[in-house]
Amino acid sequence: MTPRARARLTSIIIVLAGLGLAVALTLYGLSGKITYFHSPSEIATLNAKQLEKTIRVGGMVKAGSLKQTGEKSVFVITDYKADLTITYQGVLPDLFREGQGVVVYGRYDTASTHFTAKDVLAKHDENYMPPEVKKALDQNK
Amino acid sequence: MITEVAHFAFIMAFVVAGMMAAGGLWRSPDIAKRSAITLLALTIIAFLGLEWAYITSDFTVLNTVLNSHSQKPLLYKISGVWGNHEGSMLLWIVILSLFGAGIALSPHIRDETLRQRALGVQGLIAMGFIAFSLFTSNPFARVFPAPADGNSLNPVLQDIGLALHPPALYLGYVGFSSVFSLAAGALIVGRVDQAFAKAVKPFVAIAWLALTIGIAMGSRWAYYELGWGGWWYWDPVENASLLPWLAGTALLHSLLVLEARGALKRWTILLAIIAFAMSLLGTFLVRSGVLSSIHAFAVDPLRGSFILALLIACCGGAFGLYAWRAPQLKTLRLFTPVSRESSLVANNLLLITIAATVLTGTLYPLVMDTLGLAQISVGAPYYNATVLRIAIPLIILMGIGPFLPWKRPGRWAFKGPMLTCLLLTALAMLFIRVNMLGFAIAIWLMVASLAQIKWPLTLKNLSLVLGHFGLGLAIVGMIGTMAMKIEDIRIVNPGDTFTVGRHELRFDGVSNVFGPNYGAEEARITLGTDILKPQKRWYPVSDSQTTEAAIRTYILDDIYVVLGERDLKSGPDAWVVRTTVHPFVAALWFGFGLVALAGVLMLINSWRRR
Repeated sequence: MTPRARARLTSIIIVLAGLGLAVALTLYGLSGKITYFHSPSEIATLNAKQLEKTIRVGGMVKAGSLKQTGEKSVFVITDYKADLTITYQGVLPDLFREGQGVVVYGRYDTASTHFTAKDVLAKHDENYMPPEVKKALDQNK
Repeated sequence: MITEVAHFAFIMAFVVAGMMAAGGLWRSPDIAKRSAITLLALTIIAFLGLEWAYITSDFTVLNTVLNSHSQKPLLYKISGVWGNHEGSMLLWIVILSLFGAGIALSPHIRDETLRQRALGVQGLIAMGFIAFSLFTSNPFARVFPAPADGNSLNPVLQDIGLALHPPALYLGYVGFSSVFSLAAGALIVGRVDQAFAKAVKPFVAIAWLALTIGIAMGSRWAYYELGWGGWWYWDPVENASLLPWLAGTALLHSLLVLEARGALKRWTILLAIIAFAMSLLGTFLVRSGVLSSIHAFAVDPLRGSFILALLIACCGGAFGLYAWRAPQLKTLRLFTPVSRESSLVANNLLLITIAATVLTGTLYPLVMDTLGLAQISVGAPYYNATVLRIAIPLIILMGIGPFLPWKRPGRWAFKGPMLTCLLLTALAMLFIRVNMLGFAIAIWLMVASLAQIKWPLTLKNLSLVLGHFGLGLAIVGMIGTMAMKIEDIRIVNPGDTFTVGRHELRFDGVSNVFGPNYGAEEARITLGTDILKPQKRWYPVSDSQTTEAAIRTYILDDIYVVLGERDLKSGPDAWVVRTTVHPFVAALWFGFGLVALAGVLMLINSWRRR
């Protein structure tokens, strides 16, 4: 082997090893760390294993459903087919409104049938509807 | 009338961009140059025309009606122009023309054929974007009958952060268009050498600097305005700005090799194309509404298709040109494994791997959704598991690389200082008990960067030291906010005291205050001799609320107070208060500042060396 070929071979091996590592990390990351989105009516169709995971649920906040006691908020979101009660500890985002679309991130509790949100995402543009919510609502019209 | 003049100037700009493209790609360098300067003048006229409509509250213009209001403060009337899709595309085109004029006038471009071809390519890009603006999102559309007042600007966007963040970011995104045009020009001419590196470097430096500042300002704005105290969310649109930044950073480093050794020709050209392709991809992601993001504008499918077409035309054209011409740009150089150039190659590979990982995470939900497989989102857990791990070897290498000499390291003279740095890092680690790995690489990077100062100081050396040291400092801040944050939510009555971290606070009650176009409930919270005043604002015109956090910054940590809802059950004046202590955030902003300063020095340096 000439020095040139050897150097080339070494660099190819290093690049391939690095690339392999990156691909492995990416696949690992994508397999365990992604979050699934569901509409409130889909919650009933999920199995126990799927419900163990942290998921995102989106829908319209039902008018008159928001109750706040101290730092705890309870409200109902709907996709006009099924309702889901959400409990959330913390300060709701500025653009959170009854009658508007919202996405919550957290876990569903089968015993109490409540959804405990870690995060509530309301969007900054009042005319803007999160695409997932829009899709879920369109399907149920 | 002024609106019509501006509109006409904008239409003329399309024609002039056509002349610029024709002059540049066929035979007239003179026409190309003059068109580039005329184009800048015309787009500035168009932009000022729209500004005029906003400042005078001309509600016969649809764009003003939708996004402005007569009672809005002047600063937000001016900056409101780029707070919406149409206006921000106009700003985008002004900056595109600015860089076109930059290519026409730059004294660093010695090869006139290169200049001419680059102008031609820049003209083509300008044509595409002006057509996009005129046909799908015309900012000068009139409305009849004119309403009495406008809808105002979203209150979250009424902030000094918005006045500055988008222009800086656009300067970065669009700045890479000039780098792209020069790279395409060099492919047409068929010559990539040290002179090309010198010609393209000031443009890369400006774009990179502006992008760095734009991203830092966006983070800072998210940190204090959005009320959740985070500075990076791995939101698809944030990723869209990170991708060209990563590619641009790789490009800066590969240019060093091209400049010093005349090697990595094809790779550098490829990076220049990728950097702008990433900018365009970012534009597509933001403007088409395909992703759910806090940055998304209201959606019009035609815009998405149009930008996608532009993206395909630009990338397709450039990669086609690359495939056709690049094989002629052979460099027959071999790098020894332990040398500066090899470490820069490794830096490039790692940066591009990170970019590819971020790109995968950003596009994956889109692919899954389009194929109808599942609706998913990829968030922080994915990026923490992948990007952070690939970043570790990169940061360690950042401390090693600059010690290595170019070409063949005859002696291992760099071993001594490097071992000293390693020892100092180990010594510092004896005092640190938490997040050891993170702090170890941050300290290693800072110590090694300082050890690389060479006397007498040169701009080039100083920019390397400051840039790398700044990143090390920023990592300390990142660890603080990500892993060491203390959060406290409680209901308080006036007179209550409470402790968060090392701070003791006293809640003194809430009163009503009024701003120029909003009313607010303002709390008074005593912290030592200081009074924190977090607000909940209500903007009657757009019937919306914003939360204004009160923040005090200390060297060790930031204290961050947000006023929540009133809680009548716990008392007549009881309120929910959320307090967060973010350790080392000051280091994050200061670190970003140093990285930006390194960019400034690099720009000055590349400007002086003709």
